[in-house]
Amino acid sequence: MLFFVLRRVAQTLPLLLVVSVLIFALIHAAPGGPLSLYLENPNVRPEDIERLRRQLGLDRPLPEQYLKWLWAFVRGDWGFSYADGRPVLDRLAERVPATLELVGTSTFIAIIIALVVGILAAARQGFDRVSMVGVIAGISLPTFWFGLVLQLLFANALGWFPSSGRSSFGAVTLQDRIAHLILPAMVLASAQAAGWSRYLRGSMKQVLAMPFAASARAKGAGEWRILLRHALRNAMLPFVTVVLLDASIMASGAVVTESVFAWPGVGGLFTEALAKRDYTVLMAFLMCGSIAVAVLNLVADIAVHFLDPRTREAA
Amino acid sequence: MRIRPRYRGAAAAAVVLVILMLLAIFAPLVTPFEFDQLDLANRRAGPSARHWFGTDELGRDLFTRVIFGARISLAIGIISAMMSAMIGMTIGGLAGYAGKWVDDVLMRFTDAMLSIPRLPLLMIAGAVLEPTVPVLIVLVGLAGWMETARVVRADVQSIKARDFVSAARAMGATPPRIITRHVLPLAFPAATVATTIAVGRGILLESALSFFGVGVQPPTASWGNMLYQAQTTMTTEPWLGIFPGAFIFITVLCFNVLGDALSRTRSS
Repeated sequence: MLFFVLRRVAQTLPLLLVVSVLIFALIHAAPGGPLSLYLENPNVRPEDIERLRRQLGLDRPLPEQYLKWLWAFVRGDWGFSYADGRPVLDRLAERVPATLELVGTSTFIAIIIALVVGILAAARQGFDRVSMVGVIAGISLPTFWFGLVLQLLFANALGWFPSSGRSSFGAVTLQDRIAHLILPAMVLASAQAAGWSRYLRGSMKQVLAMPFAASARAKGAGEWRILLRHALRNAMLPFVTVVLLDASIMASGAVVTESVFAWPGVGGLFTEALAKRDYTVLMAFLMCGSIAVAVLNLVADIAVHFLDPRTREAA
Repeated sequence: MRIRPRYRGAAAAAVVLVILMLLAIFAPLVTPFEFDQLDLANRRAGPSARHWFGTDELGRDLFTRVIFGARISLAIGIISAMMSAMIGMTIGGLAGYAGKWVDDVLMRFTDAMLSIPRLPLLMIAGAVLEPTVPVLIVLVGLAGWMETARVVRADVQSIKARDFVSAARAMGATPPRIITRHVLPLAFPAATVATTIAVGRGILLESALSFFGVGVQPPTASWGNMLYQAQTTMTTEPWLGIFPGAFIFITVLCFNVLGDALSRTRSS
């Protein structure tokens, strides 16, 4: 048991190393390298760029640069932002709460929607047909377009909700915060809920087709009892796994949604950094995103192994 | 022609896609105006009988631009999906057939690629490389092979276990021959489903990249970069953003419906 956990953790580390190499290679593939921002600036002389290059160690061989960067990264030294000179770790950390608020809320809403739609779709054929149309629509929606349309409709045309930001200037009421949260959370949640509903519905249908469900029905168990107590319980674990594994979609989706709604989270920071070619921030963002995904995958794997005896190999 | 009720949605989706592709291919013949034609008297006009989707700030007809944009968006989506299919089948086929450490290494690499959030990664690549359309196709293609690889690998593993493969091996067929002539063709259906979904995903990815200004660059028009340009005027000229985005949605929807129906034919 513990052996399994250790083995999985040990498998994650090479994965993260590969990821770090890919990210490092990408940044250095830029024509002009990490200092390309300064190359475009006419006020910066070539001698200055050379001096910066030597100072930042960018003239050392690439493998050496990579190792130095990696070593600093794992120690928590993520460098300084090109845009405002502050430590990258600080800049990222101060934006995390806003993103957690948004992603947490949308995930919560999405789970509830997915549970309702998934269970009902597995139970009723009619609802199944209708809801699957909605589900495929949900996964086909371009997030940015949906966000813009909702903004137009609910914020500009109807005026029900504010169109951007996390809170109104000066206002600190809960109601105000919720009003700002609703539109972006709905946009994110729709994409998440669509995929999850479909998965849960498939999962539940599979369980309901199994012999033990038929025998439960034969024993006279009510429909809902079978659905909730037997089918859902078995389908819950894969469902939770899928929710955790979709973490990387949340990272991407957050970038788009935060941009459209001017939400002050890490996604917004990413788009700002991109515009300014702030490579230190961008690298740290990608690494953290990948680490988060890898860790969530690890957690999901361990949870499944722990909770579902069928996944453990027969001794 | 009678189509079973189950697949009517997919048939409709296929028809829509064919119409869209025809419109895109024959764009210059089909559109009422030229791509760059300015109608300065009717700038910033809403949808009307003359300009079905309205006009932009220079008086260019939006319907025309959307049809021309379809060329780019569809091309990027389809070609990148083909590329993803090729890479995915190669990696998945190798991993599934060779097994052991080859499988391990390849799947580890696939998992690594899947761990990196795709859109941010491509956005950085787009910002770094300032891509032309061909480069974009390659980038999107390189970002979309993982799902196909996984699916093909699973299929290949189960095909490999079948009797006729053992028979071929016993008769002295070399692994390359077995893979290319026997195993991979049987993995095609699974790969096709994954590729169809990949087209939709590729279109969404390209649109998102263009929306942030790191995808297709003006003056070339794609649906995504029309939305990028429409962002600032969403409140005054909403049609500039609504129509291109609606086309993205409908196109991706049709590909997903098609892919879904294809996967249902396999499992039924």
